[in-house]
Amino acid sequence: MTRFPIQLKPFWRDVRFWRYAGQVLAVVAIASFALLLWNNLSRNLQQLGIQLGFDFLQSQAAFDIGETPIAYSPTDPYRQALLIGLLNSLRIMVVGILLATVVGVTVGIARLSDNWLVRQLAALYVETLRNTPLLLQLFFWYFAVFLNLPATRNALVLPGSIYLSQRGILLPWLQPNTVTPIWLACLGGGLVLVGGIWFRQQQRRQQPGSASRIWLVVLSAIALAGLLAWLLTAQPPLDWDLPRQTGAGLAGGLWLSSEFATLLIGLTLYTAAFIAEIVRAGIQAVPKGQWEAARALGLQSGLVMRLVVFPQALRIIVPPLTSQYLNLAKNSSLAIAVGYPDIYFVASTTFNQTGRAVEVMLLLMGTYLSISLLISLVMNLYNRAVQVKER
Amino acid sequence: MAKWGFIVTTALLAMSLVSCGGEPTDPTAAGVGTGQSRLGTVLNRGQLICGVSGQLPGFSFVDQSGRYTGLDVDICRAIAAALFDDPTAVEFRNLNAKERFTAVQTGEVDVLSRNTTWTISRDSSVGLEFAPVVFYDGQGIMVRRSDNIQSLEDLKNQSICTQTGTTNEQNLADQMRKRGIPYQPVVFEDINTAYATYAEGRCQAVTSDRSQLLSRRSTLPQPKNHLILNEVLSKEPLAPAVAGGDHQWFDVVKWVVYATIEAEELGITSANLDELTSSSDPVVRRFLGVEGDLGQGLGLDNDFAAQVVKHIGNYGEIYNRHLGPQTSLDLERGLNQLWTAGGLLYAPPFR
Repeated sequence: MTRFPIQLKPFWRDVRFWRYAGQVLAVVAIASFALLLWNNLSRNLQQLGIQLGFDFLQSQAAFDIGETPIAYSPTDPYRQALLIGLLNSLRIMVVGILLATVVGVTVGIARLSDNWLVRQLAALYVETLRNTPLLLQLFFWYFAVFLNLPATRNALVLPGSIYLSQRGILLPWLQPNTVTPIWLACLGGGLVLVGGIWFRQQQRRQQPGSASRIWLVVLSAIALAGLLAWLLTAQPPLDWDLPRQTGAGLAGGLWLSSEFATLLIGLTLYTAAFIAEIVRAGIQAVPKGQWEAARALGLQSGLVMRLVVFPQALRIIVPPLTSQYLNLAKNSSLAIAVGYPDIYFVASTTFNQTGRAVEVMLLLMGTYLSISLLISLVMNLYNRAVQVKER
Repeated sequence: MAKWGFIVTTALLAMSLVSCGGEPTDPTAAGVGTGQSRLGTVLNRGQLICGVSGQLPGFSFVDQSGRYTGLDVDICRAIAAALFDDPTAVEFRNLNAKERFTAVQTGEVDVLSRNTTWTISRDSSVGLEFAPVVFYDGQGIMVRRSDNIQSLEDLKNQSICTQTGTTNEQNLADQMRKRGIPYQPVVFEDINTAYATYAEGRCQAVTSDRSQLLSRRSTLPQPKNHLILNEVLSKEPLAPAVAGGDHQWFDVVKWVVYATIEAEELGITSANLDELTSSSDPVVRRFLGVEGDLGQGLGLDNDFAAQVVKHIGNYGEIYNRHLGPQTSLDLERGLNQLWTAGGLLYAPPFR
């Protein structure tokens, strides 16, 4: 007797179908909602007679910007002004993230110090700065600290030719001169040489233990390149650009405006307070056994922290640290409250002068989103590197 | 299985995009509103929503008793008086320089009475309609007397504070570029921060409309130490604004403002209004609505002008109440006089 072929289950009785159907429905629902919003927006804009379009970026900006890292004049188009704003924002974000990390890690470790005073001071710092609004802190730094410095003609001079005044901080800076290209060429040649040697070493498959000789080779190659450049030019490649008082005010050096300094210090200290707590949490999450074992091996506190505990703490620290970096990046938009011309400020002025609310908002959101995603990407790559490698 | 799910998802997504994307646009919706003018909306609501600054003494400011006072405020009250015979039927919304245009465009406020300069770009690309100018102003610069600054040239390489979102930034850039003077602008979002920073000495000058400079100077710690230069950087005609495309509402706002000017020209004040209602002058009778049908075309009562004068007064009274010799501002009328007295205020005939 032949057996009937095996009957397939009807599709509605297969759990996999329902799972997929649910996903599909969710996607369709979200897509329809987004389309609904978009249609609503275009219909309303049409009613008001407002056209969407990015052609206003070509028009003349006609306004001045206080701090311009690259050349700018009011006859440049809006996209140049927005670029300047972006560069200003990036200046704050990059320096802010670096400084906040340094300060935050220091304070976080200080919170766990054996010294009672250091511990209490760190706790005071963290609790004060975490629990007050950032805008308030920025105004404090601006009005209570930076604007109380003397006027430019009576500027405070610190040793090392650093000028402090209401206008900002002037630092001595280096600038290239005529012989800089020659030095750069020699250094470039030295690096190429080092690269060649490295490649040859790799090919020969160096034995372990002789890797340190690579650094010796690198350093001696750079020293040789420097010596060659010196023989050729008899002059250092960079000149000191010292700030000085001239008849028309202060000139020279690297100028960090009061607004930039306020924003930097305010953001750094605020975010560092949060980072300190994250670092503390990470360190305390490392099992006590690790401390004891390291001490049993004869390591001192500092080495225990650096070699044993902190690398393990990093696994817990890095994800929330990413969030704090993103917070810093977005909080930098408070620049407009203290007069620092960042991307948000330039976009606001553009919006005011052209009346294009939607396009400017889209540009701003796109900018902040891209920067934040970039920070997240880098941090996630780093996270993967310090994660526990499961087998 | 995953591939099958992906194909189904994409197909459904494509179908929904195709069906929802091609919605036909309503031809009558382009330009004009949904058919009903804002006038109808406001009358139904029983209250006018007015966008003001709220931070400018003399123009729109909250006094000690918590009431809004100022020239811009009184213009709004005049519109409310014309519509409802009740100058208190107004709700005021504080708007900063950035949000004011969006508030009008989206209909969040009915009229923007916020010392806003009438310019071509605001009229055309932002899409506002400007009622008659209520205050002819110009942009000026305020400096400290002790700095010995006589003209714009003395501000070379100095810092100048201003507020963002105003015509001030552009005018300053234009004038400095014309004279070839480099300078450093320090721009703030909040007007209070801008003036506080100038008062602290961070900036050597602060720039804004002259009326605003005079008004804010009175709030600085030592008003006598500050000097407003004679340089006039631009023309700043301040006018109320409404959203574009609504002729009826625009006409109402426009003619209420003209009514205050015409009342001053005809010599009608809130004091002699009752007496002049029984005047024999046909121009006055028509204006006050005793005869004729002045308000019909606008959709208002015929005596809307009389209601305005009764509750608020004519332009001269409004001006003197907030900017006149009795106030701390004491602004000279200058261009803000009637055309018969050498100024620029000129109302078309009420006929």
